[in-house]
Amino acid sequence: MIRINCPYCGERDHSEFSYGGDATINYPSLDSSEKEWTEAIFFRKNIKGFQFETWHHSNGCRMWLVVERSTVTHEIKSVKPCHPNLQKVVENNK
Amino acid sequence: MTKFNAWNVIKNGLNGQSYWTRQWRDPEPKSSYDVVIIGGGLHGLATAYYLAKNHNIKNVAVLEKGWIGGGNAGRNTTIVRSNYMMPGNHEFYEHSLKLWENLSHELNYNVMFSQRAHVSLFHSPGAKDSVSRIYNIMRLHGTDAELWDLKTLKKKIPHLNYHNSRFPILGAAVQKRAGNARHDAVAWGYARAADTLGVDILQNCEVTGFTRKNGNIESIQTSRGIIKGKKIGFAVAGNTSVLWQMAELGNLPIESHKLQAFVSEAVKPLLDQVVVYGVGGAHFYISQSDKGSMVFGGDLDWYKSYAQRGNLPMVQDVAEAAMAIFPSLGRIRLLRHWAGVMDMTMDGSFFICKTPISNLYLNAGWNYGGFKASPASGWYFADLIANESPHSYVQNHNLERFEKGINIDERGAGPDPKLHG
Repeated sequence: MIRINCPYCGERDHSEFSYGGDATINYPSLDSSEKEWTEAIFFRKNIKGFQFETWHHSNGCRMWLVVERSTVTHEIKSVKPCHPNLQKVVENNK
Repeated sequence: MTKFNAWNVIKNGLNGQSYWTRQWRDPEPKSSYDVVIIGGGLHGLATAYYLAKNHNIKNVAVLEKGWIGGGNAGRNTTIVRSNYMMPGNHEFYEHSLKLWENLSHELNYNVMFSQRAHVSLFHSPGAKDSVSRIYNIMRLHGTDAELWDLKTLKKKIPHLNYHNSRFPILGAAVQKRAGNARHDAVAWGYARAADTLGVDILQNCEVTGFTRKNGNIESIQTSRGIIKGKKIGFAVAGNTSVLWQMAELGNLPIESHKLQAFVSEAVKPLLDQVVVYGVGGAHFYISQSDKGSMVFGGDLDWYKSYAQRGNLPMVQDVAEAAMAIFPSLGRIRLLRHWAGVMDMTMDGSFFICKTPISNLYLNAGWNYGGFKASPASGWYFADLIANESPHSYVQNHNLERFEKGINIDERGAGPDPKLHG
């Protein structure tokens, strides 16, 4: 079991969460070429090692998180809210 | 290599089994080969075999970082079927099934292929309509497919739980020619047959880098020295992205996920078919091995991972599914469970294609379906490498299909690799 430290709820089992995917994708502007959109939607780095990925606390606070996790050992280095402004709120409330 | 036949069995029976030779050689790597296949799994070995057999290309090496049969070749639930509907896929998997039907004779090695029927249960009128559509498409293409009503199903498999009120069993979609095989025997059979034709199988030979020249890959750095190859094929599903980035080719439409499988203690004959129970995207499949063990599996672990070990929530999920459909398994004990790392692709279909490097060919993205595909995968990958152009069955199984909008998405699940179960 992976334990994810949700910034809103505290540390919980990963079975409370749903895995999203790669958190580093930058979607291009609407008028970008098909090639760029294909890259963003379909192509992945698929890192073996630490990666940033999104998780949804679907059976908890229902917030989206960015988790830095190793895809080999499943060790987690950091957990942050997806939205950068919410990160400030979390820090101010500490 | 001694051929397996009645005469040799009797002869060796009389002289204490002392004249059998080793199944395949353990050669030192040569400095260069016509074709180097990276990955000594079922697909890599099958490719080497068909290169030698169908295309007379015998100066071939298969590089395996561990040992033959030690990766995903030994981490599956050994199910063979061809119930696909998308153009390209159904022809491909049907050809694979036909190759399976003759594989033991072809390889002179008993792969214990057993066409015991693949029985896919349905639980709602909607699911029945949906599966009828797929199985009708199969029939139109000449693949065997039939529907069993509840009466037939109860007669064939009387001990399923027919009193499940949440997911009542209404019947089953059946492919009678489907079944399973012994996975180790397939790996050993292909290795032995390829070796007999002159292929070098290099075990404990891990690829550590590539040397490029004029846009091509000139040589491969391995843990057993530098090996040159005129043509190079990747057949390393699970770790394709790692090798792809080692060759500095960027990203792929692939995520690596792990899938668990389970084996119980051996029991007396209990189940004569492969049974699949799928409700609401959940997934459970079970068969009984020739030793008597119940072999079963479920869904992916739902998050990306390269770890070859499973998580516990999925063990619980699978156990719950087993109890829901097969209550008589309640007191059976598990012997082992394991996880294999798979290339899950963005549309759930595989790649047998050329790459941006002109002497590099790609065989990847097998999702849940790598085991049953191995004979045809080897067949068409060898064909691509030998003839430099894809056969019509695999002409759209390339990396460009996403940009062109011709995704081969059997489930219609969209660009989320973990959903293509």
